[in-house]
Amino acid sequence: MSDLVSESRLKASFKDSGIAALITLALSFMLIGMRTEISIGGLAVDYRWAAVAITVVVVFAGRMLLNMYVWRPETPRTVTFRTVLLGLSILAALVIFYLVDRFLGAVAGLSPARAIESNDWLWILLLLALAVVAAIVATALLGLAEKRAAPTGPGAAASIKAGLAPLGKWLPLALGLLAVAVPFILIEWLGSRGSRQYLDLAILVLTYIMLGWGLNIVVGLAGLLDLGYVAFYAVGAYSFALLSQYFGLGFWMCLPLAGILAACWGMILGYPVLRLRGDYLAIVTLAFGEIIRVILLNWYDFTGGPDGISGIPRPTLFGIEFDRGDDGFAALFGLQYSSIHRIIFLYYVILAMALVTNFVTMRLRRLPVGRAWEALREDEIACRSLGINTTNTKLSAFATGAMFGGFAGSFFATRQGFISPESFTFIESAVILAIVVLGGLGSQIGVVIAAVVMIGGFEFFRDLQEYRMLVFGLLMVIIMVWKPRGLISTRKPTIGLKRRTGISADMVQEGQG
Amino acid sequence: MTRWKENPVLTVEHLTMRFGGLVAVDDLSFDIGRGDITALIGPNGAGKTTVFNCVTGFYKPTEGRLTVRHSSGDSYLLERMPDFEISRDARVARTFQNIRLFGGMTVLENLMVAQHNPLMSASAMSFAGIFGLGRFRRAERRAVEHASYWLDKIDLVERADDPAADLPYGDQRRLEIARAMCTGPQVLCLDEPAAGLNPRESAELNALLMYIRKEHDTSVVLIEHDMSVVMEISDHVIVLDYGEKIADGTPDAVKSDPKVIAAYLGVADEEVELVEEEVGL
Amino acid sequence: MDYFLQQLINGVTLGSIYGLIAIGYTMVYGIIGMINFAHGDIFMVGSFLALIMVVAFGVTAAMPLTLLILVLLGILVVAMVLTSVWGWTVERLAYRPLRGSFRLAPLITAIGMSITLQNFVQLSQGARNKPVQPLISGGFTLMGGDGSDGSFVVQLSYLQILIIVVTTVLMIGFTMLINKTSLGRAQRACEQDRKMASLIGVNVDRTISLTFVMGAALAAVAGLMFLLYYGVIDFYIGFLAGVKAFTAAVLGGIGSLPGAMLGGLLIGLIETFWSGYFSVEYKDVAAFSILAIVLIFLPEGLLGKPEVEKV
Repeated sequence: MSDLVSESRLKASFKDSGIAALITLALSFMLIGMRTEISIGGLAVDYRWAAVAITVVVVFAGRMLLNMYVWRPETPRTVTFRTVLLGLSILAALVIFYLVDRFLGAVAGLSPARAIESNDWLWILLLLALAVVAAIVATALLGLAEKRAAPTGPGAAASIKAGLAPLGKWLPLALGLLAVAVPFILIEWLGSRGSRQYLDLAILVLTYIMLGWGLNIVVGLAGLLDLGYVAFYAVGAYSFALLSQYFGLGFWMCLPLAGILAACWGMILGYPVLRLRGDYLAIVTLAFGEIIRVILLNWYDFTGGPDGISGIPRPTLFGIEFDRGDDGFAALFGLQYSSIHRIIFLYYVILAMALVTNFVTMRLRRLPVGRAWEALREDEIACRSLGINTTNTKLSAFATGAMFGGFAGSFFATRQGFISPESFTFIESAVILAIVVLGGLGSQIGVVIAAVVMIGGFEFFRDLQEYRMLVFGLLMVIIMVWKPRGLISTRKPTIGLKRRTGISADMVQEGQG
Repeated sequence: MTRWKENPVLTVEHLTMRFGGLVAVDDLSFDIGRGDITALIGPNGAGKTTVFNCVTGFYKPTEGRLTVRHSSGDSYLLERMPDFEISRDARVARTFQNIRLFGGMTVLENLMVAQHNPLMSASAMSFAGIFGLGRFRRAERRAVEHASYWLDKIDLVERADDPAADLPYGDQRRLEIARAMCTGPQVLCLDEPAAGLNPRESAELNALLMYIRKEHDTSVVLIEHDMSVVMEISDHVIVLDYGEKIADGTPDAVKSDPKVIAAYLGVADEEVELVEEEVGL
Repeated sequence: MDYFLQQLINGVTLGSIYGLIAIGYTMVYGIIGMINFAHGDIFMVGSFLALIMVVAFGVTAAMPLTLLILVLLGILVVAMVLTSVWGWTVERLAYRPLRGSFRLAPLITAIGMSITLQNFVQLSQGARNKPVQPLISGGFTLMGGDGSDGSFVVQLSYLQILIIVVTTVLMIGFTMLINKTSLGRAQRACEQDRKMASLIGVNVDRTISLTFVMGAALAAVAGLMFLLYYGVIDFYIGFLAGVKAFTAAVLGGIGSLPGAMLGGLLIGLIETFWSGYFSVEYKDVAAFSILAIVLIFLPEGLLGKPEVEKV
């Protein structure tokens, strides 16, 4: 009997995988197999059938494995098992990809091959270690959740969330402490020269966390879909750059100004579009974002056009500069001058800014305005029937979100010392929105996790330069299909009569605006 | 029998609402007495909900005048006000035919959102609130007490911290009424509050409405199809058909009005007697 | 006047291309109510497929005319088929698993797919511009003689005629398909009420898949036209063309096929005239501003049905 079942399963899987392989062949034989190269007298085609063959085989094998072991297994698989398998296969795919790219490059025709170096083994080991850690963490989390979920039966979903509650309590504090300690840990471990790259990455991740938190107010709380958030980031950056260029103002003077200007822009752009709903709002905000970018790009006399603005002043610590001079930071504090001081300072500046963003957001949620935002996301008509001025409420969400975007923008300008419209393309908006949605709408800690995974992971695979955007896009698709409500989707009530327990995502609306 | 004309809380005069060529409400006038429970009844499509939407500002009436007089003496012309001001300033609250609770928020949060405007001014447009100043904290405590009072009245104290979408249907109906009451209304408009309730829930609803009438300075207007509810609790019944008023009086007067019977049975006035004979009335 | 006429011709040609892409947006939005962000990139894929075939078959303007037209027709059909497979796959992988899920999820997967497609093509075909020699040259001179007297020459090229004719034919065929066939009826039924449609026996998943397939096929036509008209493509053309085509769909009234075509024409004309009379740099601003203005003041578009707010 069981032989029969498994045989029919094998057949079905084989057929399914065969179809998938055929479709892959149709999709790829031209785009992968025939590469148009510029040669003498126009374009010529460079044939690379090996790469097509590899692609088709990989798809066939992958689909076969998924069919046999993950999707419709004979013995019921636990959530744990499937998660671990998924994590492992993603990482295995990355490893395979890396190996293929590095060593079979010539065969596949993707990039030139080269010999294995000792450095590469380190990479492979690191990837494997990552896979193991990811699997262990996933198992631990889900195991905990399953155990708690087991006795209740119908309310299982709710108790999974309840099981994770203690984690939710301590995780922010632990992460906060870790964030404060990061520079010292890195310098202790890697020395000031080696840690620079990682500190830069940490600063980048924190910038995205701050942007994510800012956008979370608009999308997660008020339920207004904004695809042009990068416009406010640009307004903040350019406000500071232009104010310093034309009036010689410093960072700390410009920071509040940039925030206020961005908030004003938020209201100016927000006012006409707020009666739009859903996808329409998204597309108009996208249009506004692009308009601002194109204006920055073409208003040569004022913004420097594509050349951008350079020589933006660095932030000072109460007027102390981070330079070699006699009244520089190092000299005043009796330290040996090192460029790492400024990086550490920048790290703490963005950490403080991000924490302020978080604090204000958490606070606002518990105020009437924050509750009105969430009520707006749940049901706008009911809000109006309760005497809430929905236009003002939406505008306040837009302006608050834009303000934090503006702060982050001026930080970006001071960190880079140079800005140009290239930094503010649509893709940035998409990345920030992806962080918010993947993390879980309205969840502050979700944004942190998503930013660390997406931005941190993204930079971590810098070696796979050409592939990382591809992997990034695929990852967005995979995570969304796997968890449509994002990684952390429990809503925490803002006030409790006796207790406050999380609300499962199935009940929470995502807004029409 | 014109008690409601002497001290009306809401006066509707010559209300007309057209959608393109369709006349949903046609030159309708009536008064709602202060402290009364008034029922607006009529067959499906008679324009009852349209009247509610005009009164609460969700539709702008094509013609007509809607006046609310508070017991303090202030009066408001509703047809000139946007919907949220009608609730905030003119103090007309409403519920919806298809319940519109904030499902992902807790029961208590629903009642807190209803007290948005007083809390908003106490938080000084959020600035005082961010720093947790005492004035705001006191206002919030009062708001929670007010919410608890209503939770007690609708018997949902135990479920205060559960998401509203988790409540059974009947509780959701009552929660929606309590939420509307938390705005401190002079007029409470209920759109089919008893729809879908079982007899026990229906009786609880009646008790709640009677309580509101007795203890609060709130006049209730309700649209209802359940005649037992209408006859049992209302002081005044207005009957609509095809957007026009066909009867207006006490429940007993309306019950025996041939025009009302004709409208409900779907026959012309002249045939009513014939039909009554046939059914043995 | 002559300059105006030339801009008009150019605008109509560009508008035809936008209109073809816009149909894909409008159909998908009509049936599942989402912006298929990856549609612009499907158009780009179609354009690349056409390019690869043009290069691989060594198609040049030197070929005899009949042969050239036959080969181009063949390329068009193959590109349509293969692009349809891409459209189908995108729907199957990124949207179908999220059917009935939260509204934001498919939007994010659509953006993810858009990024994936762009980078896939960039990886497999290279990031550089891909130029091809003009294949169809010549045309009618409508005004200004041979230009020897220095007057402005108004030209209607054979290529422009081809583009406009093909678009018109496809539009007519397509409208018939939607209005007359059972597939079109199933599509309209799904637009109105998906659950009810499935209850009366419409295969909803298949209908939606076919919608993506048809949208992708038309995008492939637009892709070939774009390649022939501009003579150069890169992996990034999908984004701008996509946003403009979406603008066209919205302008015409989303969900309406004639609306998409009309919107496409208007956007093409506005863009051409703006570049011709004001400034080329700000032509995208013009398109985006129109999108914003239309959505704010006329959200139902020119030919769309107004949406009534239910209380």
